[in-house]
Amino acid sequence: MTRPDPQAAPALDVAGISHSYGARQALDDVSLTVPRGRFVALLGINGAGKSTLFNLITRLFVTRSGNISICGHPVRTEARAALARTGVVFQSRALDLSLTVAQNFRYQGALHGMAWRDVQPRMTTLLARIGLDDRAGDKVGRLSGGQLRRVEIARALLHDPHLLLCDEATVGLDVKSRADIVADVHRLAAEDGVGVLWTTHLIDEIWPDDPVIVLHKGCILARGPARDLARDIAGDGTLQDAFLKLTGADADIGVGA
Amino acid sequence: MTGWWICARGIFWREMLRFFQQKERFFAALVRPLVWLFIFAAGFRAVLGLSITPPYVTYVHYEVYVVPGLCGMIQLFNGMQSSLSMVYDRETGAMRTLLVSPFPRSFVLSAKLVASVLVSLLQVYTFLLIARIWGVDPPWLGYLAAAPALVLSGIVLGAIGLFISSAVKQLENFAGVMNFVIFPMFFASSALYPLWRVREGSVLLYQIGQINPFTHCVELIRFALYLQINWLALAVVIGSGALFLGAALWAYNPSRGLVGRRG
Repeated sequence: MTRPDPQAAPALDVAGISHSYGARQALDDVSLTVPRGRFVALLGINGAGKSTLFNLITRLFVTRSGNISICGHPVRTEARAALARTGVVFQSRALDLSLTVAQNFRYQGALHGMAWRDVQPRMTTLLARIGLDDRAGDKVGRLSGGQLRRVEIARALLHDPHLLLCDEATVGLDVKSRADIVADVHRLAAEDGVGVLWTTHLIDEIWPDDPVIVLHKGCILARGPARDLARDIAGDGTLQDAFLKLTGADADIGVGA
Repeated sequence: MTGWWICARGIFWREMLRFFQQKERFFAALVRPLVWLFIFAAGFRAVLGLSITPPYVTYVHYEVYVVPGLCGMIQLFNGMQSSLSMVYDRETGAMRTLLVSPFPRSFVLSAKLVASVLVSLLQVYTFLLIARIWGVDPPWLGYLAAAPALVLSGIVLGAIGLFISSAVKQLENFAGVMNFVIFPMFFASSALYPLWRVREGSVLLYQIGQINPFTHCVELIRFALYLQINWLALAVVIGSGALFLGAALWAYNPSRGLVGRRG
């Protein structure tokens, strides 16, 4: 078998992944690709299997069937190389509230083998980008919910990853904050060439040209640009109509908080 | 400086930072053994006779006898405190930051364990300093000789805590750990009274004390403080350290352990 060129390989390649918790099948033969420089939305209601997929990609759970590669590095056999190219923003807060913003960056940098002298300039750049460069010395606990999530995203980019995984990264935020963060991450993908896998159950976070993968009960039901899905599945309807038609769900997939 | 060293140093740095930020934790860790030393030891001194047993070469006051046990107590509670913070980190999600590091999970968890041991050494030596002022004065070189013993015992007790943290699903369940792990380990050991005195009261408790790893941690510290080596304790401490550390790393391994099996 020929090995893909890591420089040319997609940011993320998931092939034939299945996972179960005992008798309950959480993922069933899921395959997807996130090209570099693209924002890919993984849409599904709570319990669809999105977080399980994240846990498998980040090696929190072990892959028992199928393969996951990050920039051409299989997570199972080359975990170090794969994770070194991955930034992760989890659904639940992963910042240490007792530390300052800068201290959280320093800790994150150390976990990726980055010395403080390398972390500092990168942190300054990233914080400036999210408009929080004057808050580096503040305790994380003093930041607002939206600022916290921005810091988490910036922190996930500290080691210059090629893949950014965001698991419901805007959960609990107001509409304005969510829209701003989504726009930031879109810009990041376009300008820095980072592949982004953005899981959400909130339709309004998906832009019309974004590639969308609809995950429901562990299976992929549809994939394609949001605009095309809406047109092909719901006629003249919206992406929300298409999603409801696909899943038959009367789920909360509106505009969120 | 290699990435490995940077990673380990970052984990030590964070543990130290958290420790110094939590001043209450430092004082709580000290108050507990000091209560035993200042109050309980004074009471027991009158009723508990101690014969001359190694490593002591003369009759010693109960305060002198109990100090190594209280050093072990500090490390036992520190190990469980570390375990508690790992369960808390797992509940809040902060643990994931550690676990998705590109460095092997066994490495980052071992670094966290060593960091916890370093924190416990700060507490133990502060306690030993206070104990010296109180009149418990082992040879000066004993403080140096005790360091490797304290590191080894800290690793054993920290590894037990690490293993427990993998098995405890929720913070609320941690009260059970206090009742079923810490107290039995502490009281069924030679920390507070010599096992030969225990045997006079209960042979079964004496036997439990003999197989209790905490007993051997305490004896290793006791002998080292008086510039001697208890070889049996050393062997048991190294063996149980390897066992519990192996179990903890197994439990945190996503392909085999307890953590990875959960949904």
